[in-house]
Amino acid sequence: MADAILAEGLVKRYGAVVALDGLDLAVPEGTIMGLLGPNGAGKTTAVRVLTTLLEFDGGNASVAGLDVVKGARELRRKIGLSGQYAAVDENLTGFENLDMVGRLYHLGKQPSRDRARELLERFDLVEAADRPVKGYSGGMRRRLDLAAALVAKPVVLFLDEPTTGLDPRSRLGMWDVIEELVAGGTTVLLTTQYLEEADRLADKIAVIDHGRVIAEGTSDQLKAQVGGERLELTVASARDVALTKAALAPLAIADISVDERGNHVIVPVSGGADVLVEAVRLLDGEAIKVLDVGLRRPTLDDVFLTLTGRAAEEDLTDGESGA
Amino acid sequence: MTALAEPRLTAPARIEPRPFGLARHSLALARRSVLKTLRTPEQLLDVTIQPVIFVVVFVYLLGGAIAGDTGKYLQFLVPAIMVQTVMFGGMATGVNLNTDIGKGVFDRFRSLPIGRSAPLIGSVAGDLIRYVVAIVSLLVFASLMGFRFQTGVGSVLAACVLTTFFAFCLSWVVVLIGMVMRTPGAVQGTAFVIMFPLTFGTSMIAPKDTLPGWLQSWVGVNPVAHMMEASRALMLGGPLGDHVVWVLVWSVGILAVFAPLAVRAYRRRT
Repeated sequence: MADAILAEGLVKRYGAVVALDGLDLAVPEGTIMGLLGPNGAGKTTAVRVLTTLLEFDGGNASVAGLDVVKGARELRRKIGLSGQYAAVDENLTGFENLDMVGRLYHLGKQPSRDRARELLERFDLVEAADRPVKGYSGGMRRRLDLAAALVAKPVVLFLDEPTTGLDPRSRLGMWDVIEELVAGGTTVLLTTQYLEEADRLADKIAVIDHGRVIAEGTSDQLKAQVGGERLELTVASARDVALTKAALAPLAIADISVDERGNHVIVPVSGGADVLVEAVRLLDGEAIKVLDVGLRRPTLDDVFLTLTGRAAEEDLTDGESGA
Repeated sequence: MTALAEPRLTAPARIEPRPFGLARHSLALARRSVLKTLRTPEQLLDVTIQPVIFVVVFVYLLGGAIAGDTGKYLQFLVPAIMVQTVMFGGMATGVNLNTDIGKGVFDRFRSLPIGRSAPLIGSVAGDLIRYVVAIVSLLVFASLMGFRFQTGVGSVLAACVLTTFFAFCLSWVVVLIGMVMRTPGAVQGTAFVIMFPLTFGTSMIAPKDTLPGWLQSWVGVNPVAHMMEASRALMLGGPLGDHVVWVLVWSVGILAVFAPLAVRAYRRRT
């Protein structure tokens, strides 16, 4: 399968600050690539370079088979961009915004209008269609922005933190739309700070930090890098800890650890929910009183923390803001 | 449900390049600019209320002293202050663009297959509506105060069209400032420093022969002074001289130099 997005050794400097430091990326046609990283990691810069908004200092990139520098004009016909800040005109109505974009794509008068109405309907904006965007909520603006990115039916779609600042319901709605698009064959590059979002949507995830890809793979592959599942138990009394360790030893695939408070036990396991059931049965057999027990799978948070040494949503004060 | 996507990478380009692309795109974007002005009429205060205040202040405060009679002075002032009003209207184009460009919608424009200069041209062209509003509100108010045209409709229209064209060309200077400066306040300040000697270093308020020699020399070369004299001749009669020629030469010259510079500055701005 051809790569819809291909970047090799992209470098972008802002004075002394290196925003992209040899970024490599390959996104096969019809898939979603999640670009995951903290603020300032270079996510937005990467998107701006790939969408021809920003000139870069080194490396090369192509989107939909077109070079981002030499084929920029042609490339812009094939892509859609929906940014972190809704790129719609506040003074125009939702309909006027979409109609204007359609005209700028030379769709023609009537097709422009038809496409605008069609998208407004799909994005549940029919009632607000003829009101100025000024009065729209954040979620409505984002939906309109995404609709504007879809006016010319792009083959490659760039979504820069599409759900940042959205309420949970709007976020779910946005996810549905993105999934529908990819089911239709669109290739999507999605940047996000939300591990949950990358986990749910992306076929492949590239973790970036300091302008470079530091890990790449499917969600499962990345999780496997930081280790498997574990049982976490809290026993009622510290005296039961030794007993618990003994009881659960048959299930452990590595050393059982006990945390400093003394009544929290962590057991590395494999086998999913069955193991949990077995553990509860064993503890019950020994009459050990358990306050809390759970099977914990590594999250992308764990992945991020392991890879970068810091949490994903921690704000960076140094480096480029990414905006 | 309708399909959102049409996914094949090999799909033929649906959007064929058409002739006059830049003009069409600019026009579509000018429409946006006009709608914006119509939806936020408070943006028109500077071209409606401000000139009225200028006229009232000059006529009643200075008219008696300069012309001996406020009615006579009104006739003298109005054709010239129309030029100033429209020029100030053009100043706002640069300031507004500076504000506008920071907003997301310009990113959208950049990601579309349109000329990079189209959003700029569209905004400047769309602001022509401000000039029309400025001219109409000034002339209506002046008429209520007693101003009377001394020539025919054709001449008056010619004065208005020439003024609009002149201000449109000159506005590219402010647009360039708007692209170079970081904040709207800085644009306003810089533009004012340039506009002040241009508009007041003229025979707008007092006849040229009452000015000191050095100022008369400046008035002689100042394109705005030529524009004001042309406007007077076209609205009140009297010799037109070579004012119109000077105005056209200056206008085209300014446009040819500053429009490309402004577009270049816009491209470089990220």
